Amino acid sequence: MSHASPRAHLRARPPAEPPPARPPRPTAPAKAPRRRARTPLLFCAPFLLLFAGMYLAPIVYAAVSSLYAVRRSGLGLTAPTRVFDPLANYARAFQDSAFTGSLGRVALFGLVQVPVMLGLALGLALLIDAKSARGKGFFRLSSFVPYAVPGVSAALIWSFMYSTQSSPVNRLLGPLGFTVPFFDEDLVLWSVANIVTWSWAGYNMIIIYAALQSIPAEVLEAARMDGASALRIAWSVKIPAVRGALVLTAVFSVIGSAQLFNEPAVLQPVSAGAIPSTYTPIMSAQSAVAAGNYPYAAAQSVVLALLVGAVSFTFFKLTSRGGSA
Amino acid sequence: MSAIDTAGIARAEAAGPAGSAPNGPRHRAGGGGESRSQRPPSSARRENRRETTFTSRAAVTALLGLSACYFLFPLWWLLVSATKPFGEQFSGSGLWFDGFDLFGNIARLGAQDGGIFWRWMLNSLLYCGAGALLGTAFSALAGYALAKFDFPGRGAVFGLVLAAVLVPKVLFTLPLYLMFSGAGLIDNPLAVLLPSAVSPFGVYLARVFAAQSIPDEVLEAGRLDGAGELRIFRSLGVRMMLPALVTIFLFQFVEIWNNYLLPAMVLGDDRLQPVTVGLVGWNASHVAVPPPLVVIGSLVSIVPLLIAFLALQRFWRAGMTAGAVK
Repeated sequence: MSHASPRAHLRARPPAEPPPARPPRPTAPAKAPRRRARTPLLFCAPFLLLFAGMYLAPIVYAAVSSLYAVRRSGLGLTAPTRVFDPLANYARAFQDSAFTGSLGRVALFGLVQVPVMLGLALGLALLIDAKSARGKGFFRLSSFVPYAVPGVSAALIWSFMYSTQSSPVNRLLGPLGFTVPFFDEDLVLWSVANIVTWSWAGYNMIIIYAALQSIPAEVLEAARMDGASALRIAWSVKIPAVRGALVLTAVFSVIGSAQLFNEPAVLQPVSAGAIPSTYTPIMSAQSAVAAGNYPYAAAQSVVLALLVGAVSFTFFKLTSRGGSA
Repeated sequence: MSAIDTAGIARAEAAGPAGSAPNGPRHRAGGGGESRSQRPPSSARRENRRETTFTSRAAVTALLGLSACYFLFPLWWLLVSATKPFGEQFSGSGLWFDGFDLFGNIARLGAQDGGIFWRWMLNSLLYCGAGALLGTAFSALAGYALAKFDFPGRGAVFGLVLAAVLVPKVLFTLPLYLMFSGAGLIDNPLAVLLPSAVSPFGVYLARVFAAQSIPDEVLEAGRLDGAGELRIFRSLGVRMMLPALVTIFLFQFVEIWNNYLLPAMVLGDDRLQPVTVGLVGWNASHVAVPPPLVVIGSLVSIVPLLIAFLALQRFWRAGMTAGAVK
């Protein structure tokens, strides 16, 4: 675990390729060093310009516009006006039960869905890695294929699976004596979680499987010589060895939960009201846009971005400290 | 949860730390790290059979079979349903074919709303193709510079790239929408293309691949021959990074295809929308568009991606194991 975070990865790199000591050019000797310094910046320029325009500028724009409050006159007859009131939107966001509720919902979602999905991914990786497994290639591919289906298409397909009138899943379960009310208000969050799990479990499995593959064969052989059973080896040798992969997939899955949008947004119109338009933080911000209150949407986006930033920063601090210990 | 870029780096990084042998055998791009158990030589396989009991093999296969059912059932249902005669998509168990009218269905799909479905597909191809092409070019330039030049600000640029990879792109979408609506770019394809052409993860991959596949000596030889830096990049760098560039293009293409929120917000005109936004609109319209068309459209829209995915698996894996190679 020497480079649990990409930053650590950067630090761990040897101080990079030194500038090649090249012989002075016979022509234009004075021009060469300046050109050398300028060229890499020119190479980076298209990316950096677009990055500034498409990443930094919107955040600044949102942060600035979140400081203005939209005021409507009592009768709503005149056009709403914007006044500078830096804290109004933020105060409103934290008092808005729809928005705070959406934050709590994705937090709950992350706490439950991420362990379930990673447990499934780890189990699959261990099974495919097991000596007893046959058809490894097929099973690896079959769990990974959903990842090739765009999130929105996956949600559309599952919306057919969940359909109240014609769910093929319930048709199969019917003869067994029960059906699942996928769009029940208490259940719909887990219906959404199932889509996310379906899409990403195989993908996480591939990461964990790659980590399993790099356990030296001698280590496993030694454990076997000591008489450890396959289950024991999985528990005491393999799982500790993929701890790093598990931590990273967990971090990225938790960050992913915060931006939950596609799946609930696709299910919303067919959910018969079980999914309100402010179901997740991003849906909430989007509905503020739909209501024409851009500064409020901007404030919600800023709050969410700060929360995600704080969560991932904390995680990486924790994991990289664990790595250096 | 569509941030392929953030998750991609998770893969790339995860393969590293857990690998604990950074200079291990995963140097081959593609198919990396598959050697231990994927294809045991026949003697090892016989030994395997002796070591494992029938019950353990049966149990493992049963569990894996169950998981395969879970992962494949929705796709299988989609395929079967799309081939059924029009209007019967939601009847029956959906487990097996029952009458075949796939081509008639596709014709109906094309006829709905004046053939807008194919326009959506074309839009998707254009946005993804153009965005990924530009994004790959810019990523290659920046990644190459980060890997092969030492210049002031290099650490800062790379730190910026990594930070951006960690923050999901979706979080930038609403601010982008607000900015574009301030700039009057709503209902303009540029509002989709411009953000699509930036890929911090692409830069990260390009940097890793450039450091790994372009020897400094080759560049030095080019310089001694008096070639300019851009010329060296074009004729030597690009050629040596080519497989990596395919990987970056692929990741970007799919990422743009998967990005639903941005086009859904900035493109209100349905003639400009990509296929994902169009189909979700159909699905939400309930009665106005017959639901079977959404089933058929979903199948048609994911087939190209599935084919690309299966045909180009090698390049996918290259992107996943990239971080493991230092």
